[in-house]
Amino acid sequence: MRAQSCDAPVLENSVAASDIRLMRVRLPEDQPLPKAGMFYMLRAWAADEPPLLSRPISVHRWDEASRELEFLYQVKGKGTEKLAALAEGETVSLTGPAGNGFPVEAARGKKVAVVGGGIGTAPLLQLVREVHPIAAQTDFLAGYRDEVYRIDAFEPFCSNIYVATDTGSFGKKGFVTELLGPEKYDVVFICGPEIMMKNTARMCLEAGVECYVSKEGVMACGLGACLGCTCRTEKGEPVCVCKDGPVFEGSVFYG
Amino acid sequence: MADLRVNLCGKELRTPVIGASGTYGFGGEFSGIVDMNWVGAVSGKGLTLEGKAGNTGVRLYETPSGLINSIGLQNPGVRHFIEHELPAMRALGPAVMANLGGSTIETYEEGARLLDATDVDFIELNISCPNVKAGGIAYGVKADSAHEVVSRVRKCTTKPLIVKLSPNAENITEMALACEAAGADGLSLVNTFQAMAIDLDKRRPVFDNVFAGLSGPAIRPIALRMVYQVCKAVKVPVVGLGGIATAHDALEFIMAGAAAVQIGTANFANPRACEDVARGIADWMDAHNVATLDEIRGAAL
Repeated sequence: MRAQSCDAPVLENSVAASDIRLMRVRLPEDQPLPKAGMFYMLRAWAADEPPLLSRPISVHRWDEASRELEFLYQVKGKGTEKLAALAEGETVSLTGPAGNGFPVEAARGKKVAVVGGGIGTAPLLQLVREVHPIAAQTDFLAGYRDEVYRIDAFEPFCSNIYVATDTGSFGKKGFVTELLGPEKYDVVFICGPEIMMKNTARMCLEAGVECYVSKEGVMACGLGACLGCTCRTEKGEPVCVCKDGPVFEGSVFYG
Repeated sequence: MADLRVNLCGKELRTPVIGASGTYGFGGEFSGIVDMNWVGAVSGKGLTLEGKAGNTGVRLYETPSGLINSIGLQNPGVRHFIEHELPAMRALGPAVMANLGGSTIETYEEGARLLDATDVDFIELNISCPNVKAGGIAYGVKADSAHEVVSRVRKCTTKPLIVKLSPNAENITEMALACEAAGADGLSLVNTFQAMAIDLDKRRPVFDNVFAGLSGPAIRPIALRMVYQVCKAVKVPVVGLGGIATAHDALEFIMAGAAAVQIGTANFANPRACEDVARGIADWMDAHNVATLDEIRGAAL
């Protein structure tokens, strides 16, 4: 599937937590359909306005019937500040869907844990929406620094939800890794900060449990052209986060 | 409608707009976004004889009106390109420009011989990558070194040979004249400017290689000045590049004497940039009763 570019009308751009926004757009009819784990390059400013690069944001939720597409994103810098300033009725430019997406079929008939850290939980909502109907069990394990967000959206698609916060403001005080007993699952999907993904993937691999991680990368194009988001696998092979990923088997990086 | 066709070193391009090496993959990455009928040629990712994994550490850094990159010529190697990427690139429609870098004169020669035996339309000789220690920049700074590598590669291919110049050359006009004298069929300029950034938290350079290459609108007026200087000095066609993002920018380079233009960093801010620039040139020509680019090329010289 080739990525395309379009302008999508913004239906909602609301506050999900202090620095977290939820943007809902309508994907135009002629656009290819996204899947869990894919992402778009978002831009809400002209090509000649800073920042130079568009921002890669993962698909949070996609509903084919209404063609509503949601992005959950953290306001971190100039680009996401401009995204956050978009009002209902304005348009956002999208290039995508990009990336390989999660291997959802790996969950069929299996006991599945979906493990997220902070804004890394963003692509996991669409994942549980796709995994829940075919998996034997779908547990969501989420870690946040302090503020907890969007848990309610996961509830209809999860067998169990376990939450940890660094501050202890909600759920267990501590890291999400402390919630995970990998031996209880057949497949684990992970997205979060690098250190959290590394620790979680290593726990899974040591227990002999199949796991997948969704990586983040600074990228210029999202299309595999600029090679800015290349990172090295455990074996030293260069791979593109945007095109070969963002989802990789855990052993590719943490084996 | 305006006739956008360009004859570049004996090959006809449908438009004067070329996707610049390192920003356009091998073209296919943009084929779902851009109507390739508006793209004259694609200059593929810079190749080296053997594949390269590229640089470690930070590879991209945004600046006001620019982008600093330190990719380090990550590429699959000339043979892999010929076998796996070239057929699809050929089928896209635009003319195919193979961008060839090297570390030694011998690897440049061998790469050129291999490409000569394919159906690529042009070889763009990269003597200007600032991001690899022996990535050609040594040849891109000193005119006599450039003369030697271009002369040697010239003997390895009958393909139109376009030499891509670095703005970091000691003297851009002398460099251009040296490459022309060595047998280049054309020149393209400019590659990126050597630049750097420092991470305040780490109190260290952002890039593992310390220096990296600056591109984007920030360099455009300097690139335009260099293209103008070179067009005044040489007889071979010149392909202008450096921060071109709009038809207005492209027309400036053409009026400075460029036969064609390359669009690089702008593809990241606007993935449809190549098509938009070509359409914009046609619109401007129609609005100003300009039938062919020959009527305005070099008008400012």
